[in-house]
Amino acid sequence: MLHRHPLYWICVTLLLLPVSALRADEYAQARRHLVEVIEQDVRDTSLYLDQKALDPRVMTAIGRVPRHEFMPAAQRQHAYANRPLPIGYGQTISQPYIVALMSDLIKPQAGDRVLEIGTGSGYQAAILAELTGQVYSIEIIEALGKQAAGRLSRLGYDNVTLRIGDGYYGWKEHAPFDAIVVTAAASHVPPPLVAQLKPGGLMVIPVGSRFLTQQLVLIEKGADGQLITRQILPVKFVPLTGEHD
Amino acid sequence: MPSLSIALVSATALAYEVLLMRLFSIIQWHHFAYMMISLALLGYGVSGAFLMLLQRRLLRHFAASYIINLALFGVCSVGCFLIAQHIPFNAEEVLWDARQTVWLLCTYLLLAVPFFFAANAIGLALIHYRARLSRIYAADLLGAGLGSIGILALLFVVLPLQALTVLGLLGICAALLASWELQQTRTAAWLVPLAAALLLMPASWSTLEMSPYKGLSQILLVKDTHIIAERSSPLGLLSVVESPTIPLRHAPGLSLNASTEPPPQLGVFTDGDGLSVISRYNGDRHTLSHLDQLTSALPYHLRPINRALILGAGGGADVLQALYHRAENIDAVELNPQFARLVTTDYADFAGHLYQTPGVTLHIAEARSFAAGSPGDYDLIQVSLLDSFSASASGQYALSENHLYTTEALAEFLKQLAQHGFLSITRWIKLPPRDTLKLFATSVAALRSSGVNDPGQQLILIRGWQTSTLLVKNGAVNAQDIERVKAFCAARSFDAVWYPGITRDESNRYNRLRDAWFHDAAQALLGEQREGFLDDYKFNLRPSSDNQPYFFHFFKWRTLTEVLQLRERGGAPLTDAGYLVLTATLVQAIVASLLLILLPIWIYQRRGSPAKQGVPRSMVMAYFFILGLAFLFIEIAFIQKFLLFLHHPLYAVAVVLSSFLVFSGLGSAWLGRISPGSRNKLLRKAVTGIVMLGTVYLLSLGTLLDHLAALPDVMRILISASLIAPLAFCMGMPFPLGLARLADYAPTLIPWAWAINGCASVISAVLATLLAIHLGFSTVIAAALVLYVLALWVFPAPRKG
Repeated sequence: MLHRHPLYWICVTLLLLPVSALRADEYAQARRHLVEVIEQDVRDTSLYLDQKALDPRVMTAIGRVPRHEFMPAAQRQHAYANRPLPIGYGQTISQPYIVALMSDLIKPQAGDRVLEIGTGSGYQAAILAELTGQVYSIEIIEALGKQAAGRLSRLGYDNVTLRIGDGYYGWKEHAPFDAIVVTAAASHVPPPLVAQLKPGGLMVIPVGSRFLTQQLVLIEKGADGQLITRQILPVKFVPLTGEHD
Repeated sequence: MPSLSIALVSATALAYEVLLMRLFSIIQWHHFAYMMISLALLGYGVSGAFLMLLQRRLLRHFAASYIINLALFGVCSVGCFLIAQHIPFNAEEVLWDARQTVWLLCTYLLLAVPFFFAANAIGLALIHYRARLSRIYAADLLGAGLGSIGILALLFVVLPLQALTVLGLLGICAALLASWELQQTRTAAWLVPLAAALLLMPASWSTLEMSPYKGLSQILLVKDTHIIAERSSPLGLLSVVESPTIPLRHAPGLSLNASTEPPPQLGVFTDGDGLSVISRYNGDRHTLSHLDQLTSALPYHLRPINRALILGAGGGADVLQALYHRAENIDAVELNPQFARLVTTDYADFAGHLYQTPGVTLHIAEARSFAAGSPGDYDLIQVSLLDSFSASASGQYALSENHLYTTEALAEFLKQLAQHGFLSITRWIKLPPRDTLKLFATSVAALRSSGVNDPGQQLILIRGWQTSTLLVKNGAVNAQDIERVKAFCAARSFDAVWYPGITRDESNRYNRLRDAWFHDAAQALLGEQREGFLDDYKFNLRPSSDNQPYFFHFFKWRTLTEVLQLRERGGAPLTDAGYLVLTATLVQAIVASLLLILLPIWIYQRRGSPAKQGVPRSMVMAYFFILGLAFLFIEIAFIQKFLLFLHHPLYAVAVVLSSFLVFSGLGSAWLGRISPGSRNKLLRKAVTGIVMLGTVYLLSLGTLLDHLAALPDVMRILISASLIAPLAFCMGMPFPLGLARLADYAPTLIPWAWAINGCASVISAVLATLLAIHLGFSTVIAAALVLYVLALWVFPAPRKG
């Protein structure tokens, strides 16, 4: 280890400070731009969403949560591009537009209790934590879960409780939930999750591959327990020429 | 003359091509594997260009050059794959990440290296022995013919990576054989340690590096999950997975209203993806109640099912569903014997000896051939989710021929139904709707072709949020059926999309889409506006046929601009990657070929070599290019034409490919006896033979094969080989006749012809698939016949004087 005069370190720190400040500022600017991109995408897709804009609280959360903190250093240069990115272990951090849509679809309220199946990077949990009262998140891959827990704690998301394990049976101790977000690949909707959703609650599931979300499935549990799904195409595309043009 | 080593390297190179397809289908996905290997074969074209420029130097040391190239082929065939599999290419990021294109380029440049060395060896031999080149070419074709059968046999015996080592060793064996043939025994001394090094390679170097995004890689990240068995064959690598701590619970399409969960399961992955399961069964039907909560359970609620035919039985989920619903006689058909053995032998106790249950009969057979030869009278024929969702959703199957969902196939299945029986086909829901609707359109076409005037009266279509099930009834759907469909759907929150008399409001009730897309499309496909609808729909929904068996081809060019504009705005899943990959492969192959063909001749001229050769270069280029295209056109189209007749895709590939190569080889060998003066005449005769036989087959092969379909396996194989033999014999002549002409009048152009033929072969394989997708395999054959006639016109004639 090199021993240098304290003055050296002070100089280095002073020199680096503007750089890191600039970096943080760049990220903030990129985040603002991302919000604008998402707002435009939402306007384009309003046909399927039945709304011209998402809940402003959701957009504020997207503009606030530092997405670059949720990905490996090698990917940070793309942190605010509106696209999914690999985070290791064959997993991805979802496209911000999809995260925003999913967060909006569950109509989050400040006091809500939300269950997330598939923590991944923790980004979706952080957005939910900004919007709701308490987030319970379950991750099946141990290494990912530990990384996400550390990250969420470091960023001060104290209202996220994370568990490593099987999401199939939900989290009975904290049920029922106002909303459930399933981001893990599942061959079907586990019956225990349906049971842990409050009457009037909403569950959202992205369908597709790791990088390509084909549709969002929103499950609405009626006051009488009856289940209805809405299948939402997250893109401005109509399959028949001339339709809705 | 080193005929044996030529045959061996040719056999090994062809086997290597097949093996690479296998290996990359495991570690990556089929469609990109197709692109990588197609373009890697341009190594043949590179070799021709290389030899064109360096032939004099290499020929001065022919024996050494020849042996070194063989040895390098052996070493690089193993080494290049082991390096290539570490290239971090991810197919799904191609749309966003420019680096992926670079990784892809690196992969096929690397994989081209072994083909380059193999082609160098064969090309050098063709130039060196130009007086007897028809014999060299014959050895090349005969070897390739044997290689095509050999690799299929080898893949039944060893795992794909072990097969790679075997092929590497065979490459070095070819070099050893060449040392003996060319009496260069001293060189053998350094070949033996090379072979030993391949054998003693550290185990850590030779493990398969599967993409982390494949289903198998993902599930192995789950605590305590591990592979408990692996079975490999040319049909795929089966990996059996056990997950004791966090159980597998695979039940795609399960109703949201279901309250029960699946029993413990073992996962079976094919090539690291496409999960299917073997469920624990103890004979208690009640443990299977979740199987009644799937869209595919519908037919069991419409009438008692006594005789059921399950196509693609795999791990037995559909058989269990039939047992749950008290079907008495179940014929379960599975193509892959290794998969069946997992259930009947290896995990028979776990599966409750499912396939030995009274009333259940397992048949190892190709689904369509079995149905055609079965006694029929089935109450239900069921085909459920034979492909994985991710593969289907990303358009990976667009390049794959599928003979199960063609108009002819559905018409054949309908014939095997009892009165009022049902054909039931379950598919993944894709949005915007694609394959469910194409299946509906195909069923309408099949019913019409069976003489049904009002197909809508015999169809029922339902959907959940994840799967759809189409029922085609042998008879009109009646009021009782409709009441039962309604009750079934209401209890499970499924939507009826179509039954006779359905209203639009009923079709979008539980799983709501922005519009009643499925119902509107079904209505249009049954009505007079059908053609307009098919034209206006942004995906291709036209029924597939045996002549154009591309069920998963949904792409329309006019949608491309819109889809690409939307790729970063949620539109990426709209691209059917398979077709675009195919087109991109063709464009790259054409650009690379132009370079590989034109560049060496340009350099050759700049060096001050004679501007004029004994034959016009334009004719040399046209002739060998046309031959390269035409030969593979016929070969590829005939594999498809014989596929149903031979009842198995592997038989079809092995029998057709080896017959073409071996009999072409014999045709070439026969030329050795022909005097140079009669070449023009002989070419005319060969082309006449090809065109006449080709035309006869084009017009009558289908009918002929239909009549012979009931013969035993051995007879059908012999008949196939006999039908191919005369055509292939004639096809083996034009190439060596052209080379012989060059040997007489422009010998320095022989490697150039080799490059042209190599490039044309790559383009041909891709172009044949594109033509078949759009125009059908019959057109591919017709095009090949026209090309052969053209070849006659451009046969390089010596310059006068």
